[in-house]
Amino acid sequence: MSTASLEVSGLAFAYPDGHQALFGVDFSVARGERVALLGPNGAGKTTLVLHLNGILTGGTGTVTVAGLPVGKQHMAEIRRRVGIVFQDPDDQLFMPTVREDVAFGPAAAGLRGPELEERVDRALGRVGMAEFKDRPPHHLSFGQRRRVAVATVLAMEPEILVLDEPSSNLDPASRRELADILRSLDVTLLMVTHDLPYALELCPRSLVLSDGVIAADGGTADLLADDALMRAHRLELPYGFDPRSVPAAPGRS
Amino acid sequence: MHAPDGFIDASVSAAAGAVAAAAVAVSLRGARREQGGTSRSGTAGSGGELTAPLAGLVAAFIFAVQMLNFPVGAGTSGHLLGGALAAILVGPYTGVLCVSVVLLMQAVLFADGGLTALGVNITTMAITTAVVAYPVFRGLVKVLPRTRRSVTAASFVAALLSVPASAVVFTLLYAVGGTTDVSIGKVATAMVGVHLVIGLGEAVITALTVGAVVAVRPDLVYGARGLRQKLRLRVDGELVDAPDTTEPEPVGARSRKGIWIGGLVTSLVLAGFVSFYASADPDGLERVATDHGIDEKAREHANADSPLADYGVEDVDDARLSGGLAGVIGVGVTVVAGTGVFWVVRRRGTDRKADAAAPGDTTPGNAPPGDAARSDASPSDTSDTGV
Amino acid sequence: MGAGHAHRLYRHGHSPVHALPPHTKLAAVLALVVVVVSTPREAMWAFAVYAGLLALVAYAARVPAVFLLERLLIEVPFVAFAVLLPFVAEGERVGVLGLSLSVNGLWGAWNVLAKGTLGVAASVLLASTTELRELLLGLQRLRLPPLLVQIASFMVRYGDVVTDEMRRMRIARESRGFEARGVRHWGVLAKSAGALFIRSYERGERVHLAMVSRGYSGSMPVIDEVTASRTQWSYALALPCAAFVVCLLGWTL
Repeated sequence: MSTASLEVSGLAFAYPDGHQALFGVDFSVARGERVALLGPNGAGKTTLVLHLNGILTGGTGTVTVAGLPVGKQHMAEIRRRVGIVFQDPDDQLFMPTVREDVAFGPAAAGLRGPELEERVDRALGRVGMAEFKDRPPHHLSFGQRRRVAVATVLAMEPEILVLDEPSSNLDPASRRELADILRSLDVTLLMVTHDLPYALELCPRSLVLSDGVIAADGGTADLLADDALMRAHRLELPYGFDPRSVPAAPGRS
Repeated sequence: MHAPDGFIDASVSAAAGAVAAAAVAVSLRGARREQGGTSRSGTAGSGGELTAPLAGLVAAFIFAVQMLNFPVGAGTSGHLLGGALAAILVGPYTGVLCVSVVLLMQAVLFADGGLTALGVNITTMAITTAVVAYPVFRGLVKVLPRTRRSVTAASFVAALLSVPASAVVFTLLYAVGGTTDVSIGKVATAMVGVHLVIGLGEAVITALTVGAVVAVRPDLVYGARGLRQKLRLRVDGELVDAPDTTEPEPVGARSRKGIWIGGLVTSLVLAGFVSFYASADPDGLERVATDHGIDEKAREHANADSPLADYGVEDVDDARLSGGLAGVIGVGVTVVAGTGVFWVVRRRGTDRKADAAAPGDTTPGNAPPGDAARSDASPSDTSDTGV
Repeated sequence: MGAGHAHRLYRHGHSPVHALPPHTKLAAVLALVVVVVSTPREAMWAFAVYAGLLALVAYAARVPAVFLLERLLIEVPFVAFAVLLPFVAEGERVGVLGLSLSVNGLWGAWNVLAKGTLGVAASVLLASTTELRELLLGLQRLRLPPLLVQIASFMVRYGDVVTDEMRRMRIARESRGFEARGVRHWGVLAKSAGALFIRSYERGERVHLAMVSRGYSGSMPVIDEVTASRTQWSYALALPCAAFVVCLLGWTL
């Protein structure tokens, strides 16, 4: 295997208001892997995500993306390589139209003209939102906005796609559509969630983040079947859901 | 409060526009400095890049909060102007930018406040409020003990002074470039009560709002920012201190207490002295009228699909009908006033033709009344206005 | 009718006025109101001509009269103010229907009402024929400082989001039986305002994160630029030029 897509070691961080969220996080994700990062609310998941492209720094520890350490000197390259889809699509879609929003990243990287248009069309095509190109994000449904948010990141052709709670607030149909889209993408994927069936459906491997440290790392089906572990970290399966009765997500590598 | 076109004459409007443009230019630079390194990470923001989204959101907040009604009683309600609040919460430069953008968009999108009066409106409502409120706030925070209550008290005084100060500037502009000869003394007596209430209301709301923010996120109140704690690592369930790699940012020079106190006293004296005359501002009148209208505005919010959009129309339940009606009334009054002036002046013009006095000629540059009388356009033609 | 993208004042249409590039319209309206304000108030016929000119534009833009009148509502507070002027102003007085009115005050009232009404009408015509997005592009094209345009864009994009949050807070308050009736309820309302500020500020931070995640470093990439031909400029400027002639006549006659 080549260099890992993502390596995190010894990461600790506290917010300026004094709240410490991470207490030494270590893990790595190989190229092409689909990994779920599980954890209850307040475990530090979002904080961790913000370290992956150097938005939060100033704590201790290191993050490396495809061999490149996250730090001031390579920030532009790091942010091109790590595509983060945030939890609230309203935060992510800040431009007046879908087209401009998807074009924002590539345009910031210097792309112009037909090349830019082509990139926008391709990214929107991959999430099935091509016909909504000139609509304002405001007018889309929540599921559509989430898909456009994924497109805004895909347009940058990232090395690793990081999704923060991708299934939150989606109705069952939008949820399945998004799963189909994510499965069809050929990128390294780190999915931060507490939606355990979704993790099982999409990710062969899972990490459990609890109290600011990685508490477990293994096959998603195995972790979900470990009742004691799940209970210890406030992770609960939906009523009637048995991870052993569901075929595990097919691995790719 | 939003002066329309024609309230202040063209040359003073232009001068105010130049002042506003210069102040906004200074604020653009200042805001980059203010927002540099103030994101939650404390390191990611290298300055500038945080300004646009943050100021944009704060502008949206100011816009929204101006629609939040504070009932005064007897069916009347007031709302926040927000100049002092913005300056205290996000810093004076960013505050000026936010309020200026709100005023600009209100003028362009909703025809609220004349385009030529934009300079006047920015000068009185964005710049003056920030220039008065922020030094007073900072000065008091420096002088008073470092507690939450002090922050609230400082906001109260700062906001209390910002409203009369804004009125003073408006009055000055009006005195220089006003289009009507209104006796300052007469208006002052009429307005003094109204203005005290407005300033007081603004002060109470601002203080309570700042107090609410300080209670939850003290780090978000600009100038009253918090302290950092040491990082710790969880090793086998035990918390141990992590090696410190960050240098704490200096919160600001602390050694200038003397300057602050001096500045504070000066501003207080100035503001106190000046606010005595402040109430001469014809504004207060309009505010009372506005507030009456705005009380009803809120009731419609629930069923409007976009609050940004319903800004233009609200006021009465059947907005369409009553809106059209009110528009007609507005135009009607304009026409009646025009006709009245025309009629009165012409009558006087013919009455006094002999002594050739110029009855309407109390401001320089006015044409003699005969000119108006000679105009061949019938006054009823003004009903074309807006058709 | 759509919100956000197409604000309420905007009326969709395909008239020649709609088709003009936004910055030409902005320049024309600004020039017009400057001319109107500079016109001597005694030249009453001039204001009638201005009103006629605006009526022509409204006709060309197919903006119905009722619509325009509705929007003039914004002026009502000043009508109240203007009505008082003849009573409080200084100078010679005349008796009308038993009331003693100041001549200067009458002129002042006329001046404020006439100029204010024309200003509002011109602004309403601009806003009703120009999309929000276009207005921002126009401001950008007129060389407003880019940071100011960015702030305005974000305000426009998130104005609805923030006001909507405020509305939800109000509904939550009222659902629990709270109704603000007097000064003693200000504390609760101010707490809402404080919470609204915190939410807005934090959203601002999240938007900023989403932006830097896609390579933002202080300046917006230019994705769209509006241009105007010489013909379009001359169409747009015909209005203020005609008004200027009227204004000159108003001074000389």
